Amino acid sequence: MELCGLTIHELQEMLRAGQTTSAEITASVFERIDAVENRVRAYITLMKESAIAEAARADEVIRSGEMKALTGIPVALKDIFCTKGVRTTCGSRILHNFIPPYDGTVVEKLRAAGAVITGKTNMDEFAMGSSTETSFFGVTRNPWDLARIPGGSSGGSAAAVAADECIASLGSDTGGSIRQPAALCGVVGLKPTYGRVSRYGLIAFASSLDQIGPFTKDVEDCAILMNVIAGCDPRESTSVPEDVPDYRTFLGRGIEGWRVGIPKEYFIDGIDPEVGAAIRESIRVIEKAGAKCIEVSLPHTDYCVAVYYIVAPAEASSNLARYDGVKYGFRSEDNRDLLDMYKKTRSSGFGEEVKRRIMIGTYALSSGYYDAYYRKASQVRALIKRDFERAFAECDCILTPTSPTPAFKVGEKTDDPMQMYLSDIFTISANLAPIPGMSVPCGYTTSGLPIGVQFLAGHFQEGRLIQIASAYESQAKIERRRPAL
Amino acid sequence: MEKISKDEVAYVANLARLSLDGEAVVRFTTQLNDILLYMDKLGQVDTTGVEPVSHAIARKNAFRPDTIAASLPIEASLANAPDARGSCFQVPKVIE
Repeated sequence: MELCGLTIHELQEMLRAGQTTSAEITASVFERIDAVENRVRAYITLMKESAIAEAARADEVIRSGEMKALTGIPVALKDIFCTKGVRTTCGSRILHNFIPPYDGTVVEKLRAAGAVITGKTNMDEFAMGSSTETSFFGVTRNPWDLARIPGGSSGGSAAAVAADECIASLGSDTGGSIRQPAALCGVVGLKPTYGRVSRYGLIAFASSLDQIGPFTKDVEDCAILMNVIAGCDPRESTSVPEDVPDYRTFLGRGIEGWRVGIPKEYFIDGIDPEVGAAIRESIRVIEKAGAKCIEVSLPHTDYCVAVYYIVAPAEASSNLARYDGVKYGFRSEDNRDLLDMYKKTRSSGFGEEVKRRIMIGTYALSSGYYDAYYRKASQVRALIKRDFERAFAECDCILTPTSPTPAFKVGEKTDDPMQMYLSDIFTISANLAPIPGMSVPCGYTTSGLPIGVQFLAGHFQEGRLIQIASAYESQAKIERRRPAL
Repeated sequence: MEKISKDEVAYVANLARLSLDGEAVVRFTTQLNDILLYMDKLGQVDTTGVEPVSHAIARKNAFRPDTIAASLPIEASLANAPDARGSCFQVPKVIE
């Protein structure tokens, strides 16, 4: 196996034993990028030069015996995180030339932990999408089948891990944008509880739903990255001063005697039969690992998509009002006056899906419609939260499919926004509630497309997710395949 | 059933500072109608007396120490500006 195909913990063992160097690992990752990136197109911006310099510094640190949590490990960042001096586009024309003057908190934390940053990954424009097709910078392909989408919105981060174009990556999840692409690309993805990870320096989409989390090749790597990024931040007033445990201590603990809830509302007609079979098998695996699976009910599940597609666009329409061509980013030319400049800038700077969501959000918040849409949605959101509180009174953790289908074809859903929105049907509830959720590979379809199982837990119970995911991973022994690129 | 008319779409576009051509207005009217019709299902839920969620996770008074720290220098703040003069962002003339 090439170095780029290994996990963080495998590489760390080799680094500690002096069997390899960060320079070699980083070179292996960029050789892989050279070999496959023209087909996968996971990145918007590559940072090869700075990565090589960071790797050289990491090797000095390792020689001095001061290795930190991620010293020398190549990590990719979704292009939604502000990186000082490195273009940050959010997949949009309107930010195509934006060079942030500061690093976001998670970027600072990765750097402080010694990570080597490989580049900025592709994403749906402003994270609005489930397929990475709305990016201004082109479509990322699923490494398992290049005719298919990698999921979204963090499709580039998921594809880069699956294709070994980095060792791990970070993404953001507003309605499933980490978990769904993780499932579709066959990697592990975790969306923490709202407030667990600081959003400072994360370009805002829907501020009450957005959360940052890792993409990794296995559960142990997920725990390693969570240890680095979790924690309260004085610069981010919604981050929560809740103690952060050492997530590695949850690995290998087992789930003997756990009660795992299976929500009956998540087993709907629209589920692909192979996905359904893989999830039923996952339930058997969890029981073999010593847990008892019980039926639970989340009665307002059917309303999650409707609530989400009011709340998220409403918040987005407000957040995206700042893109007016004044302070940064793209500005249109030949403007008659200020209003003309705003309109021309926004109309040619934003793509179709972003405009559609701004329109929905502006409408839902406009005079006379606020009560019917935003207020009503926020009330139903309260009921969805309550559903989970009640369910978690009966069980330690919930198991569901991550996505109703495996990766769909490029272009298959682009003409029908409502069909695209429904592909988030199992992931949205965790953002609304807003509880942690994790997708773990649970098998492949007969045509070789990955399938993911989702675990959900109560507020700030990321450790519990890592515990069950780790137990699942060692019991299921899902074969670690590599996409044939 | 029509939830939103072409005129309303044009009106909302103006509120959102977007200019849509005739074709886009027609397309968005159809799509927004589909989406808003789907939203109608929320009407089935009895929300009498339910307090709407206003904070994802309730947290009161997120204070931090009021200490002076370095702020962004003017040059860095203006570095991304499409147009700037002196220490200001420059825009088309607003006042006649």
